[in-house]
Amino acid sequence: MNPGGPRIVIIGAGHAGGSAAAFLRQYGWKGPITLIGEEPIPPYQRPPLSKAWLKGEADARSLALRPAGFYAEQRIELRLGSRVAAIDRTARTALLDTGEALSYAHLILATGARPRRLDLPGSGMAGVLELRSMADADRLKAALRPGARLAVIGGGYIGLEVAASARALGAEAVVIEREPRVLSRVASPALSAFMQDYHCARGVALELGATAEALEGTAGRVTGLRLADGRLVPCDIVLIGVGAVPNDELARQAGLDCAGGVTVDLAARTSDPDIFAIGDCTIRPLPLYGRMGRLESVPNAVEQAKQAAAAICGRSPLAPEAPWFWSDQFDLRLQFAGLPFGAAETVIRGDPARPGFAIFHLDPEGIVLAVEAVNAAPEFMAGRMMIARRQRIARDRLRDQSLSMRELAA
Amino acid sequence: MPQVTYIEHDGTEHRIELEVGQSVMQGAVNNNIPGIDADCGGECACATCHVYVEGDWLPRTGTPGEQEASMLSFAATAQPNSRLSCQIRMSEELDGLVVRLPEAQH
Repeated sequence: MNPGGPRIVIIGAGHAGGSAAAFLRQYGWKGPITLIGEEPIPPYQRPPLSKAWLKGEADARSLALRPAGFYAEQRIELRLGSRVAAIDRTARTALLDTGEALSYAHLILATGARPRRLDLPGSGMAGVLELRSMADADRLKAALRPGARLAVIGGGYIGLEVAASARALGAEAVVIEREPRVLSRVASPALSAFMQDYHCARGVALELGATAEALEGTAGRVTGLRLADGRLVPCDIVLIGVGAVPNDELARQAGLDCAGGVTVDLAARTSDPDIFAIGDCTIRPLPLYGRMGRLESVPNAVEQAKQAAAAICGRSPLAPEAPWFWSDQFDLRLQFAGLPFGAAETVIRGDPARPGFAIFHLDPEGIVLAVEAVNAAPEFMAGRMMIARRQRIARDRLRDQSLSMRELAA
Repeated sequence: MPQVTYIEHDGTEHRIELEVGQSVMQGAVNNNIPGIDADCGGECACATCHVYVEGDWLPRTGTPGEQEASMLSFAATAQPNSRLSCQIRMSEELDGLVVRLPEAQH
């Protein structure tokens, strides 16, 4: 038993962990809170790492989730540069790799995800990078000089955002995507087509339906990427952006239910009632879609942090939100809400060849399931409301731009 | 340093000093004031930093840009004196600014 009273231990000091600590104090938790992070830096925002950070428009101070003095003021004990080796559920302790045992009344796992590795020959060479942390972003930023040749493996959000940033910095960029289109896991074909055109028009080369087979180099530094079809893509930097793997090892070792992520309910509770899990390390219910899923996003990290804090502090559960996400590339803001599970039709509002359009996904009864908006904030905001309310809409009305989204969502 | 007063829905007041150039949202977040969620971290992508600007402070905070105006029209319980606080930058001219926080941001 902790001498200071019941303590909450949070493992992981990223966006989810940092937010949970702050919400616990907001919601009235008075006991000790210990926030443990592997990185030597207090919680910070990751989204700018692929954008403003690379372009020199952000620094560690502007990315920090809270100012440096916040944690001491709020009596949140920060243990940075610390790893947890194991959780002892019987003793209710988190064991640091230094041997120190921290006892908890409640434990919150916020261990996040790590970039998926590719077993490519040559991937150990200098110049082969991934992007997750501020340290990664620093390496990438140092390499993205005018004229540098970047090859990105993976046409997902990370790859496309970095490619756009590279172009803004005067570097060259080629994106190698295994599927026939970019964003294939997360966006509809019309959106992929638009993004492909937009990137190509701004000098990003795209290799679609292409697989990287090996990296070649000289004196331990990458000079080229060999595709499966035999062609060599010359490059100075390779960014591997092929998704992230949840850090659920601690949970699995401790015997918590996991399914490619730590399994939690809508209170972010794991199979142990005293242990919560939040953010990128989880697999969670998607109440609007009747299934479990992984949501790797800042909004999800924040929502689950609130769920755990509310549960611990005895607050009533939050109404579930429609999952949402945003991505900034060039002068485009993509805003997505919902997920297209069970979609029977898509309705395009606006011109899908120009920014300002949105793609809605409806179920067989005309209920809005998801929206993809490109520089179309009203469509995104209204879409989010409609999704959360399971609102039915006639496709002709949705297509009719003389009707505002405000009217349609009323 | 210029000050902002944040009034929570239940009437609790917080008088906070902000640096010139800091957003009103950041002032709330930095001091863990309940009632501003700031889900997107100040990127004008979510409308959960929504505040009501008191009295004749509203025109002195400036005019919302197109992005903010679009987002605002969908913020929970938006009123004519609503602004997204991530878009209000603190200045000496705004010393004494008073904002009220909505009951909920979602």
